[in-house]
Amino acid sequence: MNKTSITLTFLLLSAFSFAQTTLSGIIKDYKGKPIPGASITLRDTYDGATSDSSGHYNFSTPEKGEKILTVTCVGYKPWEQNITLHAGQMPINIMLKENLDELKAVIVTAGSFEASDSKRTTVLNPLDIVTTASANADVTAAIRTLPGTQQVGEKEGLFVRGGSGEEAKIFIDGTLVNNFFFSSVPDIAQRGRFNPFLFKGTVFTSGGYSALYGQALSAALILETVDLPERTSANVGLSTVGLNAGYQKLAKNNKASWGINYNYTNLLPYFAIVPQKPDYFRMPLYHNAETNFRIKTSRTGMLKFYGYFNYNQLGLRNPDIDSAKLKNAFGLYNNNEYANLSYKEVLGRNWKLNIGTSYSHNLDNINTDLQNQDNENQHIPYYPYLQKAFKVDSRSQLATVKTVLEKHLSGISAVRFGGEYLWNKENTDYSNDTLLHALSGYVDNFTALFAETDIYITNDLAAKLGTRYEYSSYLKKSDIVPRVSIAYKLGNKGQVSFAYGMFYQKPERNYLLFSNKYLYQKATHYILNYQKLTTEHTFRVEAYYKKYNDLLKTVPDTNNLGYGYAQGIEVFWRDKKSLKNFDYWISYSYLDTKRDYLNYPKSMQPNFAATHTASAVVKKFVLNWKTQFNASYTFATGRPYYNLMADGAGKYYIADQGKTVTYNNLSFSVNYLPRLGKKDSKTFIVWVLSATNVLGNKLVYNYNYSADGMNKVAVTPPAGRFYFLGCFISFGIDRTEDVINNNL
Amino acid sequence: MKKTILTFFAIVATVAAFSQSERYSSAMKQNISMLDSALSNGKIIDLSNNFERIANAEKTQWLPYYYASYCTIMDALMREDKKQVDVIADKADSLLTKAQELAGSENSEICVIKSMIATAHMTVNPPARYMKYGKASDNYIEKAKQLDSTNPRPVYLQGQNTFYTPKVFGGGKEKAKPYLQKAMAMYAKFVPATDLSPNWGKSGTQWFLSQCE
Repeated sequence: MNKTSITLTFLLLSAFSFAQTTLSGIIKDYKGKPIPGASITLRDTYDGATSDSSGHYNFSTPEKGEKILTVTCVGYKPWEQNITLHAGQMPINIMLKENLDELKAVIVTAGSFEASDSKRTTVLNPLDIVTTASANADVTAAIRTLPGTQQVGEKEGLFVRGGSGEEAKIFIDGTLVNNFFFSSVPDIAQRGRFNPFLFKGTVFTSGGYSALYGQALSAALILETVDLPERTSANVGLSTVGLNAGYQKLAKNNKASWGINYNYTNLLPYFAIVPQKPDYFRMPLYHNAETNFRIKTSRTGMLKFYGYFNYNQLGLRNPDIDSAKLKNAFGLYNNNEYANLSYKEVLGRNWKLNIGTSYSHNLDNINTDLQNQDNENQHIPYYPYLQKAFKVDSRSQLATVKTVLEKHLSGISAVRFGGEYLWNKENTDYSNDTLLHALSGYVDNFTALFAETDIYITNDLAAKLGTRYEYSSYLKKSDIVPRVSIAYKLGNKGQVSFAYGMFYQKPERNYLLFSNKYLYQKATHYILNYQKLTTEHTFRVEAYYKKYNDLLKTVPDTNNLGYGYAQGIEVFWRDKKSLKNFDYWISYSYLDTKRDYLNYPKSMQPNFAATHTASAVVKKFVLNWKTQFNASYTFATGRPYYNLMADGAGKYYIADQGKTVTYNNLSFSVNYLPRLGKKDSKTFIVWVLSATNVLGNKLVYNYNYSADGMNKVAVTPPAGRFYFLGCFISFGIDRTEDVINNNL
Repeated sequence: MKKTILTFFAIVATVAAFSQSERYSSAMKQNISMLDSALSNGKIIDLSNNFERIANAEKTQWLPYYYASYCTIMDALMREDKKQVDVIADKADSLLTKAQELAGSENSEICVIKSMIATAHMTVNPPARYMKYGKASDNYIEKAKQLDSTNPRPVYLQGQNTFYTPKVFGGGKEKAKPYLQKAMAMYAKFVPATDLSPNWGKSGTQWFLSQCE
């Protein structure tokens, strides 16, 4: 070996092993807080270190010359810098920028309750809904245990923050659902039509909601349907009110599924055992069929169809309020069809597409008659009896299509925009003793355009800015509204949010049938919210002020001169951890509201608004008994009631008024799962037993008055208590998992 | 002279190439030897970073990404505070994706880590997530078994998961024990493909078995 090669070898060796450089320093964020666990690396070498608990790092490298120093750490933006290595000590201090990420970031929450299985901490999940004792597996009944809602038992709908039931709208997969509830029956609130297991996500916003939704003055309940089932399964059920059977088939490639369900409900046996106040001359009977398919069109694409067909009938008799010798008979036949097709897909980089389309058709054939004690129809051609016998066929059709495009901006900011189109046709055919087939109807072509952006200024400060434009062809009116929310995170102690928004809503169908000379009704919301969420607890306090303008008045003629306000404070607390195997939540709402609308003689507290409302829901699972016990208790102070009578000049005055008794309702339910834990069992059984108002408290919702104001009758539930016993069996699917995961 | 120089370069090249792979395997061996101790002394993130560094420098080896992912997910699983678990599990997943690309297929060992990633996501909110992640975790265990019936790690995970499942739901120590015993027997027979290939889990199995007594 000659001299040259010796020299070269020496150089090579020295390069490898001698001239070491030691890099050291401290890694901090921009607030000066040291960052532990960051990885410091000399790119393309093995050399580097990990910062310790005080943010310090220190490592040596034999490398020389130009190199790139990189730092990465979960939760921070990557950092890199060109450096020139020279032997010896090289102190380098580094500052990392926080990554904007969804999990750490503040969430805009003013006004909304999210109840889904998404990555975020949830308030109520779908299983919570079916195990809420007072709910009897009705989605909106479970929502009524959340703050902001009223315990209204004489009429269906969500009565939110001083708003009437019509002011809350329900959306499935983005599109508006008409006739979400079964058709109205006088003085008896009807259930929602849809099964809670149909929905994986529930967002209940009691105000200040997103620009993607409109035409609801008070609240929006946004429901998202489930995706593919876990596996193929069949199920049957038998209960005190009927029976059901269903089948869900998951394709072998796990990319598509279809299913059918059929429900038959007949209250004859139940009413035979549990007496009801009304005299049912036609037993409530329901045929309900559902069908669905879901196709995963790509890794990110999903196409879903849901179809619903329902036929139901009932007929009931009550004593006539104006004459002790007479009775009122109410009969209803209802046909309802609903179909929803939705598609979502990620388009290239950062773009998301959501298309939803739905069609619904509802036909009510209503017959009311005045009858004598022998249940024979009577014809009395003068006031107030003339109005009591009529027949009306009422048909509603709604077709909607809605498209939302979402683009993710840098970080987690995003912008969404799109439009929707609603075709709505309403018809009635009314007959009584003197009128034959009085027809009325209208078609409204309603369009809306909206845009919204989520701006994350930092992880701790976010804003949602939106706007919405709406045009109704029938009213020939347009509006454009702002929606703003801001959220700020207070360290680890929670966050505050503020929301402001304007909301418009068309007058109700019954008024639009006869005229289109109306304005939109209008509400303006201001909401301030504090919330602290952990995986175990949820705590929130919300204060709001809501102003109503242009509400519909029916006196002296129908006009938009109504107005009102609502303000209040609400508290919600949910705790899943403090007591072992106990899960409970408590809601309290204070409401101060007055309005002058319809035939009100002045601005006054509406009869659907209680000043104080509180709910407590408790669930306890007893592992060894394989049984879950659920209880819920709701309290509300009495609601005002009025007898509004017209004087000779057609002006209304308060002939009588009062407050209903305090509302107290304690409900229980028990779920027993005998096959629990039998892992290999192919069938799974759930027994459900529930009872509402177990203490038998007197529930008075309102009072009805005779035409002369002399007779006053309390509106109460059709029976003191409601009992339910059912057994549901599924084959193939093991619901054990639902139960296990709910109690881990 | 020309020949000498050529020879020299040939030698240098060989030495360099040799030392490169020698360097890789010795660095890997050193880090692999620290797997158990890093779990107990809180240095698992450091170890994960070491593997990731090797992975990024090598660019063609799947094992350093695999180990980096394993260390990362162990960090996620051991955290009491669940706030960061999703982000960390996502990082483990992105490392594993790189490992899978380089390995060319979803092998049994990769499925084992995928199961652990799903489990980590689940622990953040078991009630809401069991249906999705609990199921995914089980499915990856099954897949790992199918892809290599001699791999003891999926059996070990199954034992561990059963161990933590409440008794009335078909879990508990007694139900876990047969899985763990089976895993022990499999570890006794298991021969890793190379001296850098995954061979962890035996001490964990022993620990869980000791808890079953």
